[in-house]
Amino acid sequence: MSKKVLDRLASAFGDRILEATSFRGDDQAVVAPKDWKEIAAFLRDDASCAMDHFLDLTAADYPERDGPRFDVLLFLRSTKLNYRVRLKTRVGDGDSLASLMSVWPGADWGEREIYDMFGVKFEGHPDMRRILLYDEFDGFPLRKDYPIEKTQPLVAYRNVEGIDKLPPFGPDEGQPFSRIDWNARLEGKDLPVSPAISVQVGKRKALSQGSEDVEPVSEE
Amino acid sequence: MEPFYEEHEDETSLELPAEPMKLNMGPSHPAMHGTIRMVLELDGETVRDVDIQPGYLHRGFEKSCERGTWAQVFPYADRLNYVSPMLNNVGFSLAVEKLCEIKVPDRCTYYRVILGELARISDHLTCNGATAMELGAFTPFLWIIKVRDWVWDLLEQETGARMTHSFGRIGGMAAPPTPHFKEATLAIFPEIDRAMLETEKLLLHNRIFLDRTQGIGKLTAERAIAMGCTGVVLRSTGVDYDVRKTNPYMHYDQFDFDVPVGHDGDNYDRFMCRFEELRQSMKIIKQAFDKMPNTGSVTSDDVRFVLPDKQEVYHTIEGTIAHFKLVMEGLKPPPGEVYSFTEGGNGELGFYIVSDGSGTPYRVRVRPPCWYNLRTCREMLIGDMIADIIPTFGSINMIGGECDR
Repeated sequence: MSKKVLDRLASAFGDRILEATSFRGDDQAVVAPKDWKEIAAFLRDDASCAMDHFLDLTAADYPERDGPRFDVLLFLRSTKLNYRVRLKTRVGDGDSLASLMSVWPGADWGEREIYDMFGVKFEGHPDMRRILLYDEFDGFPLRKDYPIEKTQPLVAYRNVEGIDKLPPFGPDEGQPFSRIDWNARLEGKDLPVSPAISVQVGKRKALSQGSEDVEPVSEE
Repeated sequence: MEPFYEEHEDETSLELPAEPMKLNMGPSHPAMHGTIRMVLELDGETVRDVDIQPGYLHRGFEKSCERGTWAQVFPYADRLNYVSPMLNNVGFSLAVEKLCEIKVPDRCTYYRVILGELARISDHLTCNGATAMELGAFTPFLWIIKVRDWVWDLLEQETGARMTHSFGRIGGMAAPPTPHFKEATLAIFPEIDRAMLETEKLLLHNRIFLDRTQGIGKLTAERAIAMGCTGVVLRSTGVDYDVRKTNPYMHYDQFDFDVPVGHDGDNYDRFMCRFEELRQSMKIIKQAFDKMPNTGSVTSDDVRFVLPDKQEVYHTIEGTIAHFKLVMEGLKPPPGEVYSFTEGGNGELGFYIVSDGSGTPYRVRVRPPCWYNLRTCREMLIGDMIADIIPTFGSINMIGGECDR
């Protein structure tokens, strides 16, 4: 049914549609990365396509094939015509792609997830952070060369700027960004639990000495 | 009594100058279903901005799928949306069946419809019950969870597990319906109706409930479409997009049911849409029971994809070989990529699967409906009060397992 969309794309862009296939009822058009945003915007604005419903944005990794490594896929649907189409482009490792956030704002988290999982960056995205994983995560897990057994290094204490207040409770209960090193703690040489309370290092008695109280921190 | 400041010429002069305050809500907060962190930027009690940070339940669903066989994805799929696991099971089955072009018997299709709609009932009951409870109405929560438990009893009777059924198979279902499935199911429907009626009686004339749901967490249709919303969140804005109607899969085109839509896109509409959908689900189940054949197999007989009957495995060499190949190497779909989509509990649940012709999935991407709904939640929250986060976030029905995968 949405073969019409592929025909429309072929008539409007000609050679710039690299492939147009229908497999098991799924229509797919492959475009070059430089045409990515333009053709996506065309699909939304053209009256005979009217792909206003953004559905999904994802990627797949093919490290062994010739040419660019990643497939980036965009799933669209038209609310008026109920057509569906899948737009695909191929980008290499380290390449970036134009962000679609100005076309469909819903692309925000889709693009962040692709960056998080595959390391493909999107130009013009206002907030290109990792989304499911943490900032210190090493590697991109959905790449084929990321071993599933890989363990991640322990994360060092984060230096969070702008936290200058002490928590209203003892140093341990707060533990905002880290873990307690119990061995060190029982010996009385505790490591800082968070940057917020690092000023308290060394001012605490060992647990074996029977006191949990922290001496008040003097202003320096 | 009039507030005294209305006589004052310049109202703002009475406001205390204040910088926006940052408040961290979650990830471990009783009202954050699942584990979500929200960093709020507050102006007094008004939410000026919110940064929603998912990922605390991320467990590598898509990566894990790439190391087993295709059949080994089912237990993972269960744990995506753990309130309606059957819909995920069936969604994944349909995706692989689309790639392999497997036709399943009618009995299996109707059985899938019934189990899937039961899962949808359980999903919507949970969401509405929890929303009511978070607004202080604990009683309807208990009524609703009681009937939901009966739905789970039914599913347990059918599948052997209350929550994580792993009951779907590629090319069929694990077992045929039990002999008393129909009577047992139809027996609890009046109870579900009663629980819903009583809940509505208690809530829909309650000023507190109405004030905290009507006009709160509003979303417009255009915005919802551009943000990729689906399911109840989209339908509450007035867009009648339900995959069961627009792209009928299984035998949904044979059933007579309506798609309830709202018009304001607020919490109240989402609440009401869920209850109405629940009634429609019961209607579908009744029709499906009438159409489901009472005898016959619930699996396809395609030996390339479906495990042979145990009698054949033990007594024929062909059966033994087929069993061995399917267990040791897994079934082998033809190379290719398909996107298959169904109506999950929260919206369009899509599976984009890529096969390279081997027994292991090359790529399994699940399009979790919650993912885009949750992103849209930010816009619903901005401008509302901090207390409105609870009902708005509750009405999204964010399921952590599905969102973070």
